[in-house]
Amino acid sequence: MSAEPHYTLYHPRWYRRRVSVWWWLHKRSYTGFVLRELTSVFVAFFAALSLWQLLALARGPEAYGRFLSRLGTPLFLVLDAVVFLFVLFHAITWFNLTPKAMVVRLRGKRAPDWAIVGLNYAAWLVVSGAVAFVLLRG
Amino acid sequence: MLERITPLLWLLFSAGGTVAALLFPIHVLLTGLAFPLGWLEPPPYEVAHRLLTHPVTRLYLFVLISLPLFHWAHRFRYTLYDGLQLKHLTALIAVLCYGAALLGTAMTAYLLWDIR
Repeated sequence: MSAEPHYTLYHPRWYRRRVSVWWWLHKRSYTGFVLRELTSVFVAFFAALSLWQLLALARGPEAYGRFLSRLGTPLFLVLDAVVFLFVLFHAITWFNLTPKAMVVRLRGKRAPDWAIVGLNYAAWLVVSGAVAFVLLRG
Repeated sequence: MLERITPLLWLLFSAGGTVAALLFPIHVLLTGLAFPLGWLEPPPYEVAHRLLTHPVTRLYLFVLISLPLFHWAHRFRYTLYDGLQLKHLTALIAVLCYGAALLGTAMTAYLLWDIR
């Protein structure tokens, strides 16, 4: 026992209530927020998977074949199903947020939210169709 | 340093978020589910490789992989702050997140450059 105990004077700005790491489970809107933020993990997972596919294609037909059969294993099928749900959740929340993040003015009047959201969904359909067309027809 | 490039990071975040929202669902549906489950035929090696030789496809794949990685880095960084309350690790988390995105981008660029 060498040192005197150290006391900190009362300071209102230092007062922090401790919050549980699970604070976001108590309310639906908070849970939605954290799930939306977590979609980024699944986005990164699929970006990494695409990079892996690129690597397989660079290495040749055998590596590409191994890549394709690896995706057919139960582990990857389950993972990819989860990834699909989260990526879908990301897309829907992202499109619905755009009118709040980006205000479009036409002839001095603010374009209605539904128009911007609708344009996003229309673009989504067109782009998805184009990707499917290229991947299926080569 | 981090404060100076924050506008750029937000720009990459929103660009990557838009790319992921528009393009990832169809890619995951096809590559992750429809092809492995046999609902649809995946492009054979020759077709996929021929696609890759086109400069537009290379640019497309670079955008498809790189921007969403930066989107993840930015969003995940703040998820860690809010979710796990790791405010004291700000610098370390930022370096790890953006560093991983940079590494992925560099690997993508190298592969796309190198493929013949």
